[in-house]
Amino acid sequence: MNVQHQVSDELLLDYASGNLSEGWSLAVATHLALCPQARRRLQAMEGAAGALFDKISVSEKVTDTDWDKMKAKLSGSRSAGQVISRPSQSEGVIPEPLRSYLGGDVSTLKWRALGRGAYQIRIDTGDPETQVRLLRIPAGKPVPEHTHDGRELTLVLAGSFYDGQDLFARGDLEEADGSLLHTPTAAEGEDCICLAVTERPLKFSSWVVRMIQPILKI
Amino acid sequence: MKRTDLTTPEHELSPADLSKLLTRIGQQRDVDAFETLFRHYGPRVRSFMAMKTRDTQLAEELMQETMMAVWNKAVQFDPARGNVSAWIFTIARNQRIDAFRRKRPMFDENDPAFVKDDVLPADLELEERQDAELLRKAMETLPPEQLDVIKRAFFDEASHSTIAQDMGIPLGTVKSRIRLAFEKLRSTLEAVR
Repeated sequence: MNVQHQVSDELLLDYASGNLSEGWSLAVATHLALCPQARRRLQAMEGAAGALFDKISVSEKVTDTDWDKMKAKLSGSRSAGQVISRPSQSEGVIPEPLRSYLGGDVSTLKWRALGRGAYQIRIDTGDPETQVRLLRIPAGKPVPEHTHDGRELTLVLAGSFYDGQDLFARGDLEEADGSLLHTPTAAEGEDCICLAVTERPLKFSSWVVRMIQPILKI
Repeated sequence: MKRTDLTTPEHELSPADLSKLLTRIGQQRDVDAFETLFRHYGPRVRSFMAMKTRDTQLAEELMQETMMAVWNKAVQFDPARGNVSAWIFTIARNQRIDAFRRKRPMFDENDPAFVKDDVLPADLELEERQDAELLRKAMETLPPEQLDVIKRAFFDEASHSTIAQDMGIPLGTVKSRIRLAFEKLRSTLEAVR
C-alpha cells in the first residue's frame, strides 16, 4: 500500500515542532502510523531541529552546582527500560493513537445514525479548538452535513472517497480549508470509514455562515 | 583511552562521540558519560526552554526534567540512528508540551495496525547515520529567510500566522518558505541514496 496523499510540509512541521493542538495531532499521528514515507519526512524534520539545536545560542554554561543537583537525582531514578512489544493481535483497521481514543477497533464501535445511511461517532479530546468525529459513509453516497468553515482534515481508514478527480484511500489525508467547495463522495463497493477533524464551530457564527452561504455562493 | 577523551569537557564532540556517550549511558548507566552529555546539552536545552517560557526559573526546571528523561530513556536510543541532537530535541519538545498541560498524540511502532517501512533495516541504518551529517550541511545551504521561518517554528513554537505577523510577510510566503526549505533538505538527502 502506498499512500498517495501525504500530510503537507506546513502541517507536518506544526506536528514536529509540537505546535499542533490535540485534535489535529490525532489525525496527523494516525496518518503517520499508516504512511512510512511521511514518517521519514517527519524524521528529516526532527533531524533539522537537531541541527538547529546544536547551533542554538547559549547564554551560560551549566555550573558545577547544576550538575550536583542533577547527579543527586540520578540515584533515585530507574531506567525506563526497553519497550516490551505486546502479544501480536490480528492486524487491525484502526491504528494507534486513534484506537485508544475510540476504545477499540471497528468491530466494537457504537455508531450513531446521521441519516441517509451514514453514521458517526464523536471522539472526545481535551482540545477546545477542534471537533473530532469518525464517519462511516455508505458506498457511492456523498458525505452528509458537509458545510464547514476553517480547516478540515479527513483521514481515510477503510474504503475510499472521491473529491473531484482525486481518490482518497486508506492512509490518505485530505487537508481542506474554508475556501474549498467540495462534495466528497464515498467510492462504490465499500463503505468509507474516515476520521474527520474540523474547527469547532461557534454556534452563532456558523449559523450566520449558513445563512449567507447561499447568498455569497460559497 | 577513548573514554577519557570523550568525558573531557573541553573536547569538541562529534555526532559519533555523542552517540557513543548516549549508548554508554543507556547500556552501562555511565555517570561520567552523562556528565559530559549534561554539560554539552544542558545549556542548549535551557536556551530552548527559555525561548518559549521567557522564565529563567521554569527554563531551568524544564532543563533538569529533560536531562532526567534523557538519563531514564537512554536505553531506548538506537545508536544506528546516530542523531543524538534530534533525539534530545524530541525529548525537550515533549517536556515542553507536558509542562503546558497539552497533549500530542503519537503513533506506536509496536501496534499491530502500524504500517512498517518496507526498506530493509540495514539500508535504513546506513542512511540515517549519513543523514545527521548531511542534514547539518544541508541546513547551512538554506537561504536565511527560510532558515528563519523553521527556527521560529521549532524554537518559539510560533504558529504560521504569528510568524507571518512577526516577520511582516503574507501567510502564503511563510508556507512556501517551509515547503521550499524541506524540499531542498529532502533532495539533498535523496541525492546520496
